[in-house]
Amino acid sequence: MTPMSIGLIGRKVGMTQVFLEDGSMVPVSVVAVEPNTVTRLRTPERDGYSAVQLGVGVRRKLTKPLEGQLQGLPKLGTLREFRVEDVSGYEVGQILDVELFAPGDRIDVIGVSKGKGFSGTIKRHHFRRGPETHGSDSHRQPGSIGPGTTPGRVYRGTRMAGHMGDERVTIKDLRVVRTDAGRNLLLVRGAVPGARNALLLVRKA
Amino acid sequence: MNVIDQLDREQLRDDLPELAAGDTVRVAARVVEGNRERIQVFEGTVMRLHGGGPQRSITVRRIASGVGVERTFKVNSPRIDRIEVVRHGVARRAQLYFLRKRVGKAASLRERRPG
Repeated sequence: MTPMSIGLIGRKVGMTQVFLEDGSMVPVSVVAVEPNTVTRLRTPERDGYSAVQLGVGVRRKLTKPLEGQLQGLPKLGTLREFRVEDVSGYEVGQILDVELFAPGDRIDVIGVSKGKGFSGTIKRHHFRRGPETHGSDSHRQPGSIGPGTTPGRVYRGTRMAGHMGDERVTIKDLRVVRTDAGRNLLLVRGAVPGARNALLLVRKA
Repeated sequence: MNVIDQLDREQLRDDLPELAAGDTVRVAARVVEGNRERIQVFEGTVMRLHGGGPQRSITVRRIASGVGVERTFKVNSPRIDRIEVVRHGVARRAQLYFLRKRVGKAASLRERRPG
């Protein structure tokens, strides 16, 4: 089922650690969430589903189709939709900022993980390696990938080397540690996907 | 300055004395017992400094009723009420782990003379 919750578009800044009031230190990811503009509402009558489309950032030139979409709105760089139960309460042109969240809120963070290229089975599937010495040649080999004549083929889905990372990842149930409306920052406990400056979607869990 | 550095800088305390390995310090830490908060003072020798920025910590060693006790404090923590340097000791290395093997007078450090 598609999660039905509003969120915001942000960018990953990096990680650090902050003190909580009780003196404990927690690792946080810093997410820059510039104020988002509501650019369009999706309704079941017209679109077959309900969602709020948000935009953030700037672009210098709009393509003709985008120009039509963003009539009367600033030239926004990035547009994304969040599925919601009901679009009432939102209107086009409305600004949503980091105040949407409060410390302690549970959120999901969606991003694109760092690409690892063509990776072996050790990095990709946590296989164990073979001996490094004593005549061994199977240092990082995957080992056996199945029996012989029976079944006479390799089972589908057998874990092997291949492309790793650079895929959409959702980290669920993270906690908001702090929000900073002045600097448009969101501090999230723990790690979030992607490299610095990577686009992130932060939505209520 | 980037945002991370800004956040880190905001967490630094500006009321801390200069600390060095070998100093004798008095650390007043706030401890919560049940629903009451009180201040606990721990006095001893700084065995090492660790980390930088908001994560900076010190390990303090003292002999309490015949037993060596080491405690680490995050220097910038809001749970630290204050830190005083009682005495500057002479230390020729950064980590004073050798103190663990020493007992009594051998475990003391000469005082640093100004100048």
